[in-house]
Amino acid sequence: MKALKKVIHNLDPKFEKGGKWEKMYPLYETLSTFLFTPKHVTKKGAHIRDGVDLKRTMFMVIIALVPCLLFGIYNTGHWHYELQSYLNPEQYAGYSDYLTGFGDKVVYGLIQVLPLVIVSYAAGLGAEFIFGFIRGHGLHEGFLVSGLLIPLTMPADVPLWMVAVATVFAVVIGKEVFGGTGMNILNVALTARAFLFFAYPTAMSGDKVWKSGTKEVMAENGGLMPDGSSGATALGDLATFVGDSPSVAGEALSASASNGALLDKFQAAYDPIHAFIGMIPGSVGETSTLAVLIGAGILLFTGVASWRIILSFFAGGFVFGLLMNGISANAYMDMPAFYHLIIGGFAFGAVFMATDPVTASQTQYGKLWYGFLGGGLAVLIRVLNPAYPEGVMLAILFMNVMAPLIDHYVVQANIKRRQKRFKTA
Amino acid sequence: MSKTVRLRKGLDINLLGEADKVKADVKPPAMVALKPADFHGLVPKVVLKTGDKVKRGEVVFYDKYNQDIKFVSPISGTFEEIVRGAKRKILEVRIKSDGSDDVVSVDPIDPSSLSADEVKKVMLDNGLWPFLKQRPLDIIANPAVKPKAIFISAFDSAPLAPDYDFILHGQDQDFQHGLNAISKLTDGKVHLTLNGKVPADKAFQNAKNVEINKISGKHPAGNVGTQIHHIDPIGKGDMVFTINPQDVVTIGKFFAEGKFDPTRIVALTGSEAKNRKYYRTIIGTQLTDIVKDNLESDNVRVISGNALTGAKVDADGFLGFYDSHITVLPEGDEYKFFLTKGWLGPGFDKYSSHRLFPTWIMKNKKYRLDTNMNGEERGFVVTGEMEKVLPFDILPMQLIKAIMVKDIDAMEQLGIYEIAPEDFALCEYVCTSKIEIQEKIREGLDVMNEEVM
Repeated sequence: MKALKKVIHNLDPKFEKGGKWEKMYPLYETLSTFLFTPKHVTKKGAHIRDGVDLKRTMFMVIIALVPCLLFGIYNTGHWHYELQSYLNPEQYAGYSDYLTGFGDKVVYGLIQVLPLVIVSYAAGLGAEFIFGFIRGHGLHEGFLVSGLLIPLTMPADVPLWMVAVATVFAVVIGKEVFGGTGMNILNVALTARAFLFFAYPTAMSGDKVWKSGTKEVMAENGGLMPDGSSGATALGDLATFVGDSPSVAGEALSASASNGALLDKFQAAYDPIHAFIGMIPGSVGETSTLAVLIGAGILLFTGVASWRIILSFFAGGFVFGLLMNGISANAYMDMPAFYHLIIGGFAFGAVFMATDPVTASQTQYGKLWYGFLGGGLAVLIRVLNPAYPEGVMLAILFMNVMAPLIDHYVVQANIKRRQKRFKTA
Repeated sequence: MSKTVRLRKGLDINLLGEADKVKADVKPPAMVALKPADFHGLVPKVVLKTGDKVKRGEVVFYDKYNQDIKFVSPISGTFEEIVRGAKRKILEVRIKSDGSDDVVSVDPIDPSSLSADEVKKVMLDNGLWPFLKQRPLDIIANPAVKPKAIFISAFDSAPLAPDYDFILHGQDQDFQHGLNAISKLTDGKVHLTLNGKVPADKAFQNAKNVEINKISGKHPAGNVGTQIHHIDPIGKGDMVFTINPQDVVTIGKFFAEGKFDPTRIVALTGSEAKNRKYYRTIIGTQLTDIVKDNLESDNVRVISGNALTGAKVDADGFLGFYDSHITVLPEGDEYKFFLTKGWLGPGFDKYSSHRLFPTWIMKNKKYRLDTNMNGEERGFVVTGEMEKVLPFDILPMQLIKAIMVKDIDAMEQLGIYEIAPEDFALCEYVCTSKIEIQEKIREGLDVMNEEVM
């Protein structure tokens, strides 16, 4: 270590102001501060400082994301081979020896998912460094998390160039134009996802993108999905069920009976245990509520994420789910409230997106409102607007915008309470 | 009515190197200095010239903008020099001891028989006034104002802080005398706030003419600002005075004996100090005799005051005017490899309020912390961490942001009148983004001083 330290810090003068490689300072600073905490000392004020810094905090979020990433890799492979199993072996020679072993699924998942992660980091870090060079500072750690969140919110088959475009868009327009890490209004990873969602909806929604390799299977099957298979997410499936108004023996069912039939069909396809573990199609990292909860445990245990936001987000979703059950106007509304929490990106959004401290409410009470309304809104969007089966992304982005307003009222309440002390005294 | 306050928020930082409960004498210093920087915002007007003889208790300089406030010499000797810094700012006013003890002496006075104005005049003329500070702003008290109350904290909760019970032990009479004097300055109460966790010394317990409150909790329970907030908060237009117990004794001694007695019992603490004891010395003493031979190594940070709010001094520098505490810490000017001692290390050597470090398992361990920043400055990212260590009904992040944009209305509404930089020292300590919060608070107070007060 000493030798490395010597080598690196002998280079210091070359990167300092007036040095030979002065312009490369941001890159050098990033690498050298990654390896060695700099020897900056306090000058006045608090002479000692807490051991924590943003690097350690952000690294803990990355660790918390690992279960989601690993499960996502496996799940991508799983659904890829699951879809193929509907084909007749003779239909497509290449698939006749399709593999279903655990290792094969993981290998396929790795082949699909790792490029997403690499492209996301490469594009995002590139954009970050350009701004670092302009502003003369090294990399601020925020993107290390965003760079992993972005691929986890994408369908596995999304073209890599789209990931790159979306990431650059999110970093530049979503963050750097506001001043960089800590200054952004919208969550960076969700900005990337929303950008793709609206710019390239066919790659991000519908029933052809959630199982990796759908396109190839359909090409083999005369442009149709194989009989008996479905390519949609659970939420998307329910939406198509609703569109299909079912009938028994040619006669239309009454509304409530039809809802019941839909739900039975839905629950048969997505039983809660599978949905909880994550054996459902969806974006790479979002499907497994279990993996998300492991991550949540890490974040809450280390105190990196706010328990207020996570708890109130789940509570908001559940309460609004119950509320919808009470109204019960379509099959969506009748879906048991707990389902909302375990399907789609709800849990992932609650734990990793809503808790982004920069874009969430900053006051302690504000966080409770922010989470509760965010969770509620996510369910509302899902239920009332089947065009957007995934409401969590939009709900969180909306609450990002509303967070300062929530904080404003919390601050006003604080001011009033503080002034009151003098009136009664 | 006396109050008992329990705090849930705060943070005790367990540093290695407490002072033993032994009082030791050191020889009288060869040199003392008064440092205008100890009195924020003061512009001194020095009345002596180099080589002038000065007695203990004789005026050395006064406040240029409030000429009634005078500062006196703690020793008799000759006026040595003025040490100036950038823009000819006066850093130190040095007086060399002549070994004798010529002292300005007046007749003892019983403060009980004096009016408020008479007490004030005695204190101003004899260099006792600067011991009083005012809130808002945390500067020397404005003599033209009658405060609504006076606050004295009977304990210091900062890391390695000296034990006031030990220091004040046996000085009951002088302390009471001082209380009698300063209680004349207000029509309101003099609040003396004791530590609720341990029984206080008799000097505190039996104090008369005061309202005795109790407060218990972690640091900053001992900060007078915390106590004001919970006992009798300051609103717009209010003013309170604050003073340290040892300074009350100095005032009491003056009224009892008619002489300025600069005696100060100072705790030498910190992991890099040897012979950690309580030393009996004087205000503004050169630290050579106390510190210089008692260092474990060369690469240390000597702090006049505590590790969170003190001022960096040289090993042969001078004790701050208000300080009764010296902390010596290892300097942290070394690179730390990220996997061993750096940002991704196990972190057994770091004390953290965050559970990202194993601190919370090892509750009783004492830490040898150095002065490394442990990271680089970043934008505000993490929220909620400061709220945990600030036992005020104040929103720290919002207040600091209001200060950064100099929004005077917001600062006022969010509570800038109630706070001093020291109250935010723990916020600065825990800040993940390594923002210098105490400096920001001081900037905010300066803005308020210019624009509003």
